Amino acid sequence: MSPQMPSRLMGRTEDKPRTPPGITPRRHFFDAALALRRWGRFLVGLPPYVWLAVFFLVPFLIVFGISFSEVESAIPPYRSLAGWADGAVLEIRLNLGNYRYLFDDPLYVHAYLNSLRIAAVSTLCCLLLGYPMAYAIARAPVAQRIPLLMLVILPFWTSFLIRVYAWMGILRNEGLLNGLLLYLGVINEPIQIMETDVAVYIGIVYSYLPFMVLPLYASLEKMDLSLLEAAADLGCRPFRAFLSVTLPLSVPGMIAGSMLVFIPAVGEFVIPDLLGGPDTLMIGKVLWQEFFDNRDWPVASAVAVAMLVLLVAPIMLFQHYQNRDREKS
Amino acid sequence: MKRRGFFLYGALCLGYAFLYVPIVLLVVYSFNASRLVTVWGGFSTHWYGELVGDQKILDAAWLSLEIAFVNATIATFLGTLAAVVLVRFTRFHGRTLFSGLVTAPLVMPEIITGLAMLLLFVSLEQWIGWPEGRSATTIVIAHVTFSLAYVTVVVQSRLSQMDASLEEAAMDLGARPLKVFLVVTLPIIAPALVAGWLLAFTLSLDDVVIASFVSGPGSTTLPITVFSKVRLGVSPEINALATIVIAVVSVGIAVAGRIMYRQEQERRRGLERASEQE
Repeated sequence: MSPQMPSRLMGRTEDKPRTPPGITPRRHFFDAALALRRWGRFLVGLPPYVWLAVFFLVPFLIVFGISFSEVESAIPPYRSLAGWADGAVLEIRLNLGNYRYLFDDPLYVHAYLNSLRIAAVSTLCCLLLGYPMAYAIARAPVAQRIPLLMLVILPFWTSFLIRVYAWMGILRNEGLLNGLLLYLGVINEPIQIMETDVAVYIGIVYSYLPFMVLPLYASLEKMDLSLLEAAADLGCRPFRAFLSVTLPLSVPGMIAGSMLVFIPAVGEFVIPDLLGGPDTLMIGKVLWQEFFDNRDWPVASAVAVAMLVLLVAPIMLFQHYQNRDREKS
Repeated sequence: MKRRGFFLYGALCLGYAFLYVPIVLLVVYSFNASRLVTVWGGFSTHWYGELVGDQKILDAAWLSLEIAFVNATIATFLGTLAAVVLVRFTRFHGRTLFSGLVTAPLVMPEIITGLAMLLLFVSLEQWIGWPEGRSATTIVIAHVTFSLAYVTVVVQSRLSQMDASLEEAAMDLGARPLKVFLVVTLPIIAPALVAGWLLAFTLSLDDVVIASFVSGPGSTTLPITVFSKVRLGVSPEINALATIVIAVVSVGIAVAGRIMYRQEQERRRGLERASEQE
């Protein structure tokens, strides 16, 4: 798997003369087979490694580079970082202006904070709705668990766009929800839900709920129920046992689920664009506008880099728990 | 105790209602005769007719299916290799980087991935002249990059649950590693490959943000078409399209569930027979 492999192969063949004469040539054959297997492994790992390096790692370096560039009316619309000054001297121009712009313009700072707030509130709502669901499924009779879980995942297989669209028809001023409430006499005139933050919360919770339920279910399902029996034997009330036994044991599931909702929600674009109003500033929307409407690629790149910096901590947290889980299993 | 059961039952019902009521309403209103989505104007299949006559949507749908198919196939191949590397080769240089690279696309906001992919294609075109402009090819490359991560996760969990002694036994009997993989490992992890393929297919068919960045003028996918229509407001034609998508997905899942149920039954019967013979 590493560049060292070929040299190891060499090392093995160099061992040859040192083999004591009593040992059969089978030993060499075995060594050669081992080396061959190492090469085989190298070849297995190569395609996905190269693909991800070229199409995932390199693009981020390019985004980082272009964020230091300047906008130009050319194709592509930015100035390249390195150029030949006077045709002989390599000149590298780094422009920090895009980042200064991000900090100076209150629009961006506001958009960042707003994204974090909307993502946090939505994640919390997801947790409050998803936890009882995951708990109920995990404690259902064994035969019912998988069908119940399938019912949670099923909407995920239909289109995300369609699911967000479904809410447009429900939440509009003349939509189904307002129609129902008016008909029931709960309200006298339509309440504005569409184009507010509430609509965005609903959209995010609706779209990401399965991502919350699945890890929660996984951690609740594998819990040792005899712990609860022990707690009951020691005189613990069920609710108390839940608080001091079940809840702490499901923390890894809660963290994994929350990260799976929070991270994409921060960068969400489709939901605030369709359900949110013009005041619903989110960083994904700002990036989209910079890129497609203003055609300012360098600033869009700077926005992306700043968003990544913001997400590094939650992503690391998620990966940490993922790896720990994997090592356990 | 009773009260708690009641609470859990209520939470479950509420959750499922939240998940399914919007979808049901969407389907019901696709048969509405009125153009106003909220006013019931009687039963009609008018919007389905309108949809079938919309050449733009049909072209986009066909292109999306093609892209999804190619994407799922490449992503399943690469994702399986990546899963094998992560599960079987536990120690090698750059393993941390590798596993990071595989899982990062799972959580990366689409908008960042989309921007990064586009800037890569533009830079590549400047440096080596490939790819020439944006097309279905660039969409496939971008989709493979993020869906391969999902395939890896699915295959990885199946692979790590698999009994490693089966492979060892084959190896002891003199089978080469490649043969062991093809004859022993692959049939065992095949269900995960199918699941991963379907997941990659759906993800590709569903993506609007990344495709918007990396698509060219001649390669408008279905989600891009739908998104631009939906941005202008609610339209019954989209309801009809959504209903068709939901119907296809439901039938697909019902069939898959039936096959899985049958296999499980057969396996159980086989086990019973085996124990009877003993």
